Amino acid sequence: MSAVLEVRNLRLWYGTARGSVRAVDGVSLEIAAGSVLGLVGESGCGKSTLGRGILGLLPEGARADGEVLYKGRNLVTMAPRELRRLRGPDLGLIFQEPMTRLNPLLRIEDHFRETLEQHESKLTDDAIRRRSLDTLGRMGIPPTRFRQYPHEFSGGMRQRIMIALALVLRPSLLVADEPTTSLDVIVEAQILRILADLKANFDTALLLITHNLGIVAEACDRVAVMYAGQIAEEGPARDVFAEPKHPYTRELLRSTISLETTELHSIPGAPPNLITPPTGCRFHPRCPDVMRVCPARDPIETRPEPDRRVLCWLYGPDGDIPPGGTEPAERERIALAEEA
Amino acid sequence: MSGNGEVLVKVDGLKTYYSIRGSFLDRLVGRTGAAVRAVDDVSLELRKGEVLGLVGESGSGKTTLGRTLLGLVPATDGSVEFEGREITRLSEHDRRLMRRRMQIVFQDPHASLNPAMTIAQAVGHPLEIHGLAKGREEVRLRVADVLERVGLAPAEQYLDKYPSDLSGGQKQRAVIARAIILNPVLLVADEPVSMLDMSVRAKILELMLALKHDFDLTYLYITHDLATAKFFCDRIAIMYLGRIVEIGPSEAIYEDPKHPYTQALLRAIPEPDPRRTIPRDLPRGEVPDAARPPLGCSFHPRCPKAFEVCGWESRDLKELLERRWAGMEEAGFEDEQASVGSLEPLDDPATHARMPGGAVKAILDEARAEDPAEPFWTGVRRIESADGHVEIDWHEPVAPRLLPSGQVEVECHLYDEEALAEAEKRRRSGIPR
Repeated sequence: MSAVLEVRNLRLWYGTARGSVRAVDGVSLEIAAGSVLGLVGESGCGKSTLGRGILGLLPEGARADGEVLYKGRNLVTMAPRELRRLRGPDLGLIFQEPMTRLNPLLRIEDHFRETLEQHESKLTDDAIRRRSLDTLGRMGIPPTRFRQYPHEFSGGMRQRIMIALALVLRPSLLVADEPTTSLDVIVEAQILRILADLKANFDTALLLITHNLGIVAEACDRVAVMYAGQIAEEGPARDVFAEPKHPYTRELLRSTISLETTELHSIPGAPPNLITPPTGCRFHPRCPDVMRVCPARDPIETRPEPDRRVLCWLYGPDGDIPPGGTEPAERERIALAEEA
Repeated sequence: MSGNGEVLVKVDGLKTYYSIRGSFLDRLVGRTGAAVRAVDDVSLELRKGEVLGLVGESGSGKTTLGRTLLGLVPATDGSVEFEGREITRLSEHDRRLMRRRMQIVFQDPHASLNPAMTIAQAVGHPLEIHGLAKGREEVRLRVADVLERVGLAPAEQYLDKYPSDLSGGQKQRAVIARAIILNPVLLVADEPVSMLDMSVRAKILELMLALKHDFDLTYLYITHDLATAKFFCDRIAIMYLGRIVEIGPSEAIYEDPKHPYTQALLRAIPEPDPRRTIPRDLPRGEVPDAARPPLGCSFHPRCPKAFEVCGWESRDLKELLERRWAGMEEAGFEDEQASVGSLEPLDDPATHARMPGGAVKAILDEARAEDPAEPFWTGVRRIESADGHVEIDWHEPVAPRLLPSGQVEVECHLYDEEALAEAEKRRRSGIPR
């Protein structure tokens, strides 16, 4: 399947009073047309920055380097005006809090009118109405509510409206950043169904950013696990969950409390800050499998299976590991206090 | 793990209503606004040493119930006994004394700590407020002691830090330290791990279990998360729109959920296992407005198993038509809407509706033929067209009751013999007059 978007060695960083934060540090990803890629990680791992960076929506002062290829063009170096023209009709975005993204003074109808007029100026009023109602209907919003205001809708309805607003332009890629986080579990499940069905109904690819492994398992074809600004592991969701390669993925899966949990587990330590991340592999201070090479050298991405990528010395390449490098190293002592 | 039987908290018929201020005109003519029934007639017991989970979605009233227990929100009616003493109408002085015995941990550790206070000041604050320590030295010593107990050790490293220097998990540990420094017997924990990263949640839950053991605590664990509750709680109470719909021992609730709402909640949780997906037949819609709850059982509009006596009414018809139209081509919808007219009259909850236009009956007949299994139709007693309009009647609802069923208590007509018999009677006699 051809890729709708390709990220190559993307780096995103911004300055703070304490130093430069390398939020995304050498990330490469591919999203196949019509597929759902889950980007999962804990808070502060850089997943939201990556999602916004792909769309060129970084705050002022942020810097980018590397490639985001869309239809053969690099979005990183594209002029802001041109990029703005792509956002919406080609690349859509759905945020976490649906209420703050809808204008409380505008009817739902006006939101759609504005969006469509902005990007498809040739549409007649009638066509605008038809397309809006059709998209809303597929999200389960009845036409009787087309002229209502955002506050007249429940949280789940608002998120459906936001998704419809993104889809009405028929983008080829949608980036959804924690789209269900503020929703209740049954409504979340309803929205996940809609997102998982995007391909069948709209032929849209989806980058689904979440901290919830359950959501990835539910809605995603592939998953990329992010840790401290880097992709620790990437592969088909089914395989990664069944047999995680990276110790971080494995430990994260074990720590997830689900209905099947019989024993509590947690990862010692806390995710590092991205101003002065640990040397070598960034997970090494918390890793149960840490070897001598891990703190000493940056890991090199390998493909232990044709369809899977992992950034961990356990998988070599052996030629790059110095003699004795695979000996277990003593895990740096982590005070309980640093733990959580 | 579980309680030793002695009742610590006894809640009886508790109601907490929030009044909504009406419009200016309403107040001018002396009309009082409606009320949100955040907690609507709840009774439960909390035994010493147990962990009771109060589980529900947003708007279920679980947080309000917790706050009413602590006296942070006044009760509208009913009683709360704590250690055998009625506490809903205490004087301010007595309430203060009571507060030493019951503490709360909130969801957001970032918002729970004053950013301008050091950890020593924040955690020691309750001692000062209640005048329980003499001098700064003693406060500091006791704070250091409690910090070590919650895992912020060595305490010297944390005493003079500010919340911004701490990670989310560390902050929540400090918040827990502040809650236990007065040696309370009851701790209300309102979503204590929801804002924390997955890799540290278990640590905080383990800490809370250890503290419970060490300090002989009783917990009311308020959460929307059935997965952590399963691990943490001895008993579970499921809340929906201000009422407890099911309550019982955790194992029983998880192994054999009785209420259709509990069943739906459990099935809706996305499990980290791609081989299993969430079923598609989950309840539709969302938690309704607690100021205008549905008639009968509050869950009936979303319930896949609702039947005759569950409370079917005019607003359900409105939703049925809207759902139908959401899936229709524009032309079809416009025709039907023209025949049906405005749906607004259906907004007033009633078991009778009168709609203009004889075509309505044909539309309803078609909707029924398309989806005869839709539970809504069980509630319809008759649809009759007469001189240019259509009359619709629904069966009168039977009020649901919390009744024992096996190991649990459940508020659902499916487990109420009388309601089932009544439904059967209606089914037989409900043929059009």
